[in-house]
Amino acid sequence: MTVKKNDSEPENRLLTVRNLAVSFATDDGTAKAADSVSFHIEKGENVGLVGESGCGKSVTALSILRLIPSPPGRIDADGIWFDGQDILSMPSKQLQDIRGRAISMIFQEPLSALSPLHRIGRQMMETILLHRKMPAKAAWQFAEQWLGKVGIPDAAERMYAYPFQLSGGMQQRIMIAMALMLAPQLIIADEPTTALDVTTQAQVFDLIRAMKAEDTSMLLITHDMGVVWEMCERIIVMYASRIVETGSREDIFSNPKHPYTIGLLNAIPKLTGERGKLNDIPGQVPSPFDYPRGCHFEKRCPFSMEKCVHEQPPFYDCGPGHRAACFLLADNAG
Amino acid sequence: MAQNAEKSKTVEKPLLRIKDLKTWFPVKRGLFSRTVDFVRAVDGVSLEIYRGETLGLVGESGCGKTTLGRTLLGLEKSNSGEMFFDDMPLHALTPRAMKQLRKRLQVIFQDPMSSLNPRMTVIDIVTEGIAQFKKIEGSKEAHARRLLKEVGLAADSIYRFPHEFSGGQRQRISIARAIALRPEFIICDEAVSALDVSIQAQIINLLISLQQRYRLSYLFISHDLSVVSNIADRIAVMYLGQIVESAKTSDIIQNPLHPYTRALISAVPVPGKKGLQRTLLKGEIPSASSPPPGCRFHPRCPDAMEICNCAAPDREKFHGREVWCHLYAHPAD
Repeated sequence: MTVKKNDSEPENRLLTVRNLAVSFATDDGTAKAADSVSFHIEKGENVGLVGESGCGKSVTALSILRLIPSPPGRIDADGIWFDGQDILSMPSKQLQDIRGRAISMIFQEPLSALSPLHRIGRQMMETILLHRKMPAKAAWQFAEQWLGKVGIPDAAERMYAYPFQLSGGMQQRIMIAMALMLAPQLIIADEPTTALDVTTQAQVFDLIRAMKAEDTSMLLITHDMGVVWEMCERIIVMYASRIVETGSREDIFSNPKHPYTIGLLNAIPKLTGERGKLNDIPGQVPSPFDYPRGCHFEKRCPFSMEKCVHEQPPFYDCGPGHRAACFLLADNAG
Repeated sequence: MAQNAEKSKTVEKPLLRIKDLKTWFPVKRGLFSRTVDFVRAVDGVSLEIYRGETLGLVGESGCGKTTLGRTLLGLEKSNSGEMFFDDMPLHALTPRAMKQLRKRLQVIFQDPMSSLNPRMTVIDIVTEGIAQFKKIEGSKEAHARRLLKEVGLAADSIYRFPHEFSGGQRQRISIARAIALRPEFIICDEAVSALDVSIQAQIINLLISLQQRYRLSYLFISHDLSVVSNIADRIAVMYLGQIVESAKTSDIIQNPLHPYTRALISAVPVPGKKGLQRTLLKGEIPSASSPPPGCRFHPRCPDAMEICNCAAPDREKFHGREVWCHLYAHPAD
């Protein structure tokens, strides 16, 4: 087995992604979905990965489980280490053992993540039997218990239901049960509530908070700044395939440093009851087929300088654990 | 054209007036497609919208807000109730009169990719309406360029197709098409819901500027309370086919009266707000084909009383606001 230990990592580090690049070869050329993405997740930590559509947040998450179809996709990275094991060089058999057990996923659309042809109980049982040695009957009971735990009424009866017979909120509860029941070390939740109404969203987040074990980490991918505020201690902001800023929740919301983060926070419609124009960010997101040479935000940035056009800005430290990729920070970072 | 006999007084009259509107969809079963039940999508809605005003209509999926908009446009047939647009009865218009009215009543849908014809160039899309009503000023090309400029698109993109634009730009094309006939009233059905925050803000700002320039009235339908609160003068909250509360935007957001409105507002995740004082609703929205008796919200209501499961609440005027809830019927309790 080719398990490569990464000795330089601190003890409580669960996941390390270093210099990840994902690209897709299409008829129109190569689209860069993610570029120089490096981050880490510690044990028990809830990390939010935020950004607008096409910024590469979902692709980054899928790369962690090597779920990018290849071809046309291509993952290049210095390494992705999960709990000391190198995901990228791992044989697929070993990876399958990690998927669903050590790392589980909650997707945006439960109806497309669940099989339409199989009853709920059977789908849940399949996951359990794949990873745990137990009699089928015990697995069935285990699944039924979890349906009850995630607040599905008449769990015994619902085990025989097909996904389409349940509401969106119920389907997402089943996804959560499936993601949590094997006590994973990391949950990757990709826009888990985007398809749901706000009152159902509140119920679902309440459930994730209550059900998640203390030392289970979560990577929450979302476009909603309100959601990350509520669920995550640390936040990574992505824009046009790159990470632009990362820091604690307080760093990002009270002391944002990158012009994109600042612009994004200002553009959010506020729930204050006061009517008026919003502070939009002018312009468009650049095309992934043709990203500019320098900073990807340069064209929309109010502080753009000559340097930004030609060079990719490095990360500057703005405080403990708070870093942003912007040349404006070059002076005070020292 | 059917004109209301009573001429307007000097007091401002609403541009749009809906009274006790019901739009039900039949549920058909069996060999002979017997109608066994009705989905009461809109079930007794009354509201008014004035000139130059934006009414935000909020509610969760399946509450009937989109059906209400479609009924106003004549895309769904109402079962009963009245709709008056500038004294013209929308519920009784001939198809021909309805077509004439399209000049004054327009719509912007959520997904421009499915509401713009992929085989038409932008110039044809935005001038289709004005060509139909013979309202082209100057050349068609010049008119199209003017329209694109007005919504912030490059005027030289008139010969491109919708798929060549980004989501935000496509929504600008929809807006250009909607304002081409200089309408008085535009229904925006989740018009910014599919857009990213930074682009969403651009489109909301565009809608606000156009409203100021042309004194437009909007019915702004959305599930997103934060978005609605930034554009609407008044908000009406819908639940299961009925309006439960309507008031000035600041009143609704800062001091919601109806328990459902309160739960809805507290459920919105807002940066900086602690989620602790949240009112979590139990259960899910019941089916619109068999709504609960009495107040439709009572099975999920944290403040439900005995009267709520037998009697539907009437419209209560409470400090000049409208709320459909028994809690405000006897303020002395």
